[in-house]
Amino acid sequence: MPGISPPKVISRPRISSYGICRRRGLILAVLALLLVVTSVVSLCLGAVKIPPEEVIGAFLGTAADSRHESVFWQLRLPRIALGFLVGGALSVAGVLMQGLFRNPLADPALIGASSGGALGAVFVLVLAHRFFPEIPILSDLRLLPLAAFAGALLVTGFVQRLSNVGGYTAVATLLLVGVAINALANSLIGLATFLSTDAQLRSLSFWTLGSLGGANWQVVLMTAPFCLGLIVLAPIWGGALNALALGEAEAGHLGFAVEKIKTILVVLTAAGVGASVAFTGIILFVGLVVPHLMRSLIGPDHRWLIPGAALLGAILLIASDTMARTMLAPAELPIGVITAGFGTPFFLFMLLRQRRKALWG
Amino acid sequence: MVMLSARAVTYRISGKALVDGVTLDLRGGELVALLGPNGAGKSTLLKLLCGQIRPTQGEVSFEGRALQDWPSRELARRRAVLPQSSVVPFDFTALEIVLLGRSPHGDGGIHETLGREAMAKTECLHLADRTVTTLSGGEMQRVHLARVLVQVGLKPGNDPRCLMLDEPISNLDPAHQHSALRIARDLARDGAGVLIVLHDLNLAAQYADRLVLLKAGKVLADGAPDAVFTEERIGSVFDVKATVVRNPLCDAPAVFVDR
Repeated sequence: MPGISPPKVISRPRISSYGICRRRGLILAVLALLLVVTSVVSLCLGAVKIPPEEVIGAFLGTAADSRHESVFWQLRLPRIALGFLVGGALSVAGVLMQGLFRNPLADPALIGASSGGALGAVFVLVLAHRFFPEIPILSDLRLLPLAAFAGALLVTGFVQRLSNVGGYTAVATLLLVGVAINALANSLIGLATFLSTDAQLRSLSFWTLGSLGGANWQVVLMTAPFCLGLIVLAPIWGGALNALALGEAEAGHLGFAVEKIKTILVVLTAAGVGASVAFTGIILFVGLVVPHLMRSLIGPDHRWLIPGAALLGAILLIASDTMARTMLAPAELPIGVITAGFGTPFFLFMLLRQRRKALWG
Repeated sequence: MVMLSARAVTYRISGKALVDGVTLDLRGGELVALLGPNGAGKSTLLKLLCGQIRPTQGEVSFEGRALQDWPSRELARRRAVLPQSSVVPFDFTALEIVLLGRSPHGDGGIHETLGREAMAKTECLHLADRTVTTLSGGEMQRVHLARVLVQVGLKPGNDPRCLMLDEPISNLDPAHQHSALRIARDLARDGAGVLIVLHDLNLAAQYADRLVLLKAGKVLADGAPDAVFTEERIGSVFDVKATVVRNPLCDAPAVFVDR
């Protein structure tokens, strides 16, 4: 081989994969610890402040103040559990979509999947409360995540078909379809909130900006199978997502059943996004910002990226929710105000960066 | 032994035949170059031969079994395909990309040494820890080449192996073009069947055992370089005035072109 002498090759400094794995494991451990800390801080803060020692007391059932105990169990803990599920699911959904569309700008809210989910949920609520109040099954809350799942699935599948040109994603199409679907969904949701006076529909701002305010154990239990399903199952396809980064044809040549995997990932994503949206509305930018931050921390390898994004997403959402309910206490801000506050500049920054890399097409 | 076999393969898209009744065999131990002018259907034929697209008519089989009957992972262990490179959207390191070649074998993480060996062979080991988004086209091509090398295995194995490369040297400088083709030829000497789409006629004649000349989706000639390269044929296929001489450096024909 001209120009290459073996000794020079061997003496190159090298990072062993063992070292990289250890570093990545450490990052995950630190994130897990941060998640615990964030959760405890969030448990303490709010309209009723619970001192840290009372948090432990409430948990063990030995709190000095019984009011602390009920706030802990009935309000704070389910809300944090919901934050964990939704933050984790939205972030993992972001990772999967970005891997699937082969573009770091894909995000469940941006491409319209969240709007589709919200529309599904709103549709059921309006049917139940305005048009068919006599049909009890429509009022079953368990129908909400399913309807949202269906809505998210429909939109994701549609966008995926439309923006896929010969195995590559046309990014402009992807984002523009998202704009169109979001506009349509928002107007329909607006119409629905106008038609219905039911408290469950709440306001347009609940659907478009999101809130964890509706958290209770029933909601947590209904969301959990969808969100945990996404978070726990997604890493199975980490290797496939890595191969997909090369292109769909390339992943096929590496032995992955690309079409089947794409379908599975779209369904998983829609399940997580749909269930999240059904009870918390559309929370913007989490699915965009978290995967990106995580990639710069832990690298683009999806086998590590997915669990990392789940942890960071949970931390971020619990922290944002804590801010949303304490900043103007006793009033609550929609959580989307916080997430869009840091997400929008971030998105613009990424757009500019990607334009420089000329990934448009 | 015939490794890859195409029988009367036709691919039509809205009535137009991009590949028209092509019959082609690839045996283990030979390097076959696919040549032809732009739009002759080389890449389409390669996609048909590797199963990325299904022929409208005809059949492609690999080791005596129809392509669509192969489990994709089983196929990926025996055969590597390198399409014309695409952009990798995330900041993977070059080594990580190379190790993706081990995915069908399920040992991507533990074969770092294998990856580095392949990178040394395609002369890109110095790029191992660079992120691929910062690499040039030629550097990326060498990384991808290393990836398909680790996919089929560097050392001669018992299983017959097959390599299909679509213009793998289009962005390389002359030195790297030669070393890449040497690697392909060495693999063929070890028993692999190698099919390469090339543009450079002289490189093809110098390294390939057999040349397949394609025009308008049809095979015009299939045989040893000396048999395929006639002044008249090259002239009409590429629409040029061609002169065929002996390559002074090796036992192969060489083509000079006058517009």
